[in-house]
Amino acid sequence: MKTFGILTFLVLAVGMAVLPLGIGDYGHGVLVGMMSYIVLASAWALFSGPTRYVSLATVAFFGIGAYTVAVLADHLPFGAILVVAGSIGLCVALLVGLATLRLAGIYFVIFSFGLAELVRQLITWFETSVNHTLGRYIFIEVSTAQIYWMLLGLGIITLGLRWWIGNSRLGLAVNAIGDDETVARHAGVNVTGVKLALFAVSSVLITLAGAIQAPRWTYVEPSIVFNPTISFMTLVMALLGGPGRLWGPVAGAVPLYFLFEWIATRFPDQNAIILGLVFVAIVFLVPGGLLSLIDKWRARARAAGEQAHA
Amino acid sequence: MDFKRRGLLAVTAACALALTSVAGMAMAQDRTSVRIGYAVSKTGVNAAGANTTTIPNYELWAKDVEAADGLTLPDGSKLPLEIIAYDDRSATEDLVRSVERLARQDEVDFILAPWGTGFNLAVAPLFARFGYPQLAGTSVVPNIDGLSDRWPNSFWLLGSSEAYAHALVDVLQPAVNSGELNGKVAMISIADGFGIELSAGARDAFEEAGFDLVMDKTYPLGTQDFATLLQEAEASGADIFVAYSYPGDTFAITAQSKLSSYNPKVFHPGVGTNFPIYAPMNDGNVEGVMSLGGIDANSQAIQDYRARHVALLEKEPDSWASPVIYASLQMLQQAIGRKGLDREAVSEELASGTFDTILGSISLEENQLKDMWYIGQWQDGLFVGISPTDKPGAADATIPKPDWN
Repeated sequence: MKTFGILTFLVLAVGMAVLPLGIGDYGHGVLVGMMSYIVLASAWALFSGPTRYVSLATVAFFGIGAYTVAVLADHLPFGAILVVAGSIGLCVALLVGLATLRLAGIYFVIFSFGLAELVRQLITWFETSVNHTLGRYIFIEVSTAQIYWMLLGLGIITLGLRWWIGNSRLGLAVNAIGDDETVARHAGVNVTGVKLALFAVSSVLITLAGAIQAPRWTYVEPSIVFNPTISFMTLVMALLGGPGRLWGPVAGAVPLYFLFEWIATRFPDQNAIILGLVFVAIVFLVPGGLLSLIDKWRARARAAGEQAHA
Repeated sequence: MDFKRRGLLAVTAACALALTSVAGMAMAQDRTSVRIGYAVSKTGVNAAGANTTTIPNYELWAKDVEAADGLTLPDGSKLPLEIIAYDDRSATEDLVRSVERLARQDEVDFILAPWGTGFNLAVAPLFARFGYPQLAGTSVVPNIDGLSDRWPNSFWLLGSSEAYAHALVDVLQPAVNSGELNGKVAMISIADGFGIELSAGARDAFEEAGFDLVMDKTYPLGTQDFATLLQEAEASGADIFVAYSYPGDTFAITAQSKLSSYNPKVFHPGVGTNFPIYAPMNDGNVEGVMSLGGIDANSQAIQDYRARHVALLEKEPDSWASPVIYASLQMLQQAIGRKGLDREAVSEELASGTFDTILGSISLEENQLKDMWYIGQWQDGLFVGISPTDKPGAADATIPKPDWN
């Protein structure tokens, strides 16, 4: 079963890698958008899935990644910039995590939302008061297909990490925290340490996702890269698929991404209304995530089978 | 609803989705229309600006072309427009992808520019790569060396921050020289791309002109209360008050100034002053207020344009970027009339040709529109152009500004 899983994963990865061949620029753009949300939703679920700490800080790290690229674009090669961006994301995550992961549930949600705004205002203040400028240009020659491949690599790493955590002692500890933090603490789990580690890993992945995509935008300013919609989209996608499962965020991100893309091109004027309806529908129809439906179907089939036997 | 029906619903929805996306792929077809595409912020944070300035003019132009039985090509034949419009949801990534879609999937003949400075910059490399001319009517000229070499088919039509600053100084200089104004300036600006750019230009220009910048503050996006800043400006003793503000701030600054009877001799708030709603919002008591933009109120073409805008959209155009955008579309239309649908030839024509528009006869210098209204002033219920002072049709500036009531 395990070898079968790994084999499927490898085939899928290779399949995704050859996808850009033979399709045009727009296709590449679509793939980048899709892969970006796969990474974001999976990385988000890496921390928020098991711990059940709902984070709205996604765009804070995404924006840090993009802004780092904007600042360093003329000074370092792209690979080195990614390393720097990841390190900055890690430092911010550790700093923020140490200060806030003792907060429980709802307070953490509010704080994480505020974090994005805080980072954005700090950068704005620094740029306007110290540099007397705001927008920055990114002139890095990276093709859309290359960005896609980098994101695919990041996606494979993200899913790999999630799989590894799920099958390790760490995964047990994390799930215990999600179920009951107090009990986990009494059982000897280093609750803060585990949460901090997951938050840091998740944040670095999100930071890299922002950094990798930044060359596509040419021009970066805080209001562009700290767009709160990204946090909400990530959250909804992960919830749709089911954040507790390895493939849940992917199963949520792919259909929703194409749905949004389709709505934006078919019904550009009713966009916002339709989006709102979709969100409501998700909450009412699939509260446990899409993948939980499969379990329910299986259970039904089994129940039906047992009835037939009886 | 049981799970089977739900599953069926999901499958049906997925199939519908797949079908329409396939149907959406453009197929090669005989030329029966000119396909024009654009992606603008119909929703999201940029929607207010895009819906005031960009979208109405795109729609008005499409109607005007339709009324003329289509676009005229060099051989005299006419083709109707086919418009493809997308929403970028105020997100750069969505905008970039929409433009890729327009160029590669829909294979449109021309793409109209998005709204805003940042968004026009974001797509400039794409327009350049795909070979589409870009007529940016809502973006101040970006501060990039070798702009027209980097993106030779991009055209920047809303002026540079230096030009706005110098045009303001030109209007004020005579009054300062004659002692009518004390030459002290209080300036506030929004901590955002627009405010930073324009205040930086103004700082240099004021210094060069020997004005005394006694107050120079920025305020963050979303500021609601300007009482303290305005008190400070009043206490500074400056005769000249300049704010590089966004519409919401502009309205608040004006309301607060009236409330506290702050009436400097020169009152110049930012974007929004040039919106038609500015006058009725302030009970018509806006005589003498200056800002960016302006129109030549005596021009018959402008009067006709405003009348058509009101007739079609039931609202007046703003007096800054709106006429510029409409004029940019006329330029495109005339360039197509001369060169046909060959995008490269059209770009060359836009760069070098002369066009007859509602702004008068226009030709670009270094891919920029420089002969335009930089500073306007409310006079008798219209926001008229007062600078460049030597531009034909320029109204005389009213300094000092009369009392609020």
